[in-house]
Amino acid sequence: MERSRREFLKIAGASAAIGLGAGQVMEAVAAATNHQAAPEAQVAHQPEALKATRWGMVVDTRKIESAEQIEKMVEACHKEHNVPMLEEERHRIKWIWETHFHNAFPSQATDRVSEHLEHILLPVMCNHCENPPCVRACPTKATFKRESDGIVMMDFHRCIGCRFCMAACPYGSRSFNFRDPKPFIPEINKAYPTRMKGVVEKCNFCVERLAVGKLPACVEVSDGILTFGDLNDPESEVSKLLKENYAIRRKTNLGTGPSVYYIV
Amino acid sequence: MNDKGKIVTGLVIFAALVSFPFWYNLGKAAPPPEVVLTDKAKAAKECVLPKDEIRTEHMQLLDVWRDTQVRDGQTVYINAKGKSYIMSLSNTCLDCHSNYKDFCDRCHVYASVDPYCFDCHIDNPKETK
Repeated sequence: MERSRREFLKIAGASAAIGLGAGQVMEAVAAATNHQAAPEAQVAHQPEALKATRWGMVVDTRKIESAEQIEKMVEACHKEHNVPMLEEERHRIKWIWETHFHNAFPSQATDRVSEHLEHILLPVMCNHCENPPCVRACPTKATFKRESDGIVMMDFHRCIGCRFCMAACPYGSRSFNFRDPKPFIPEINKAYPTRMKGVVEKCNFCVERLAVGKLPACVEVSDGILTFGDLNDPESEVSKLLKENYAIRRKTNLGTGPSVYYIV
Repeated sequence: MNDKGKIVTGLVIFAALVSFPFWYNLGKAAPPPEVVLTDKAKAAKECVLPKDEIRTEHMQLLDVWRDTQVRDGQTVYINAKGKSYIMSLSNTCLDCHSNYKDFCDRCHVYASVDPYCFDCHIDNPKETK
C-alpha cells in the first residue's frame, strides 16, 4: 500500500489531535467522579497535645545507678509500642536499649574514662537528627522528618523493607522485622498498631503520646534520668539543663545533629 | 466433510465446559452480606459519615486519615455535622466495630477484597512460625 507523504502527515496529525483531546476528556471525567470524602470536614490537633518546634531529650548520666533503671525504660517503651521480644540477637527489635559508654561514644571514649561512666549502661535510641541520613536514604519517603517538631518518623504503611535507612543510620537505631512480630509480643497494646514482616521500625519519640499531652513512656519511668522538651525554647527544662551542664551528643562529627544529649 | 460428528461433539463439549461455571452456580448466588452492629455502634446511632457515604467511601476516608494522622500529625477529624473524632482505625473505628468477623469481614469476604489494614491494626496473628 503506497501512501503519499502528504496523506501520512494528515493521518499522523489527526491521531495526535484525537490523542490529546482524549487526555483532556479523561481528566475532566476523573475530576467529575473524584470522590472527596466529606468536603466540609476539617482536621485539627487535640487541644491537650504537647507542641514544640524541636523536640529533644537530655540524659543525665550522673543519675544512672543501675541497669535496672534502664531496663525499666526499655520495658515501658516496648510495651507501649508492641515491640516483639525475639530471642535471637539478629532478629531483635530495639526502640531503646542500653549500651556501654565506649560503644555509644566511640570517638569520645579514651583509655581512661571516669569510673562511673565506665561502669554504667547508657540508654540509647533514635537521635531524631536535625539532618537525618535515614530520611535521605529512604526511597519511598516512608521515613521523614516532621517539619513542625523535628521528630524523625516512620510511616509503616509506606515502608517497603529495603533497609537503606538501616545502612544509613550511624547509630543502629533501626530494626527490621525479619519475622512476623505478632506472636512474639508478650502483651498487645491495642491502642498502638503492631507491625508486619518486612518493615523497619524505630523510636518515634512517642508521637502518639505527645498528641494526647503525655510525655514519652521512657521519660515517665526514668526517675529523672531523662528530660524531654523543646530545644528551641530557651525556657524549657532541657534548655536549662544544657545551659548549666556540659553535654555531649553521639557521633557529632558525622554532621547529623542529634537531638539527644548526654550530660557526663 | 466426514468429520461432522466429531466436530459437533467437540463443540458441544467445549460449550459445556466453558459455560460450566455459569450453570453450576445457577441459583446459588451468595446473598448480600448482613453486617452485625455491636451494642456500642448501635448506641452511637451515627458513624463518622452518613451511612451510605461511609459504606462506599470508608476506604478513601481511611486513606486521608492515615496521611493526616501519620504524616501531618493532626489527630482530630471534625465531620460536616461538627462532631469530632480521633482519626484512628484501631482506636476509633475498631473500638465501636469491635466485631471484626461479623462486621468488616462480612463485606470484605463477599466483595473478595483483602485490605492489609488488619495485618497490623487488630489482634489477629497470621503467621505463627
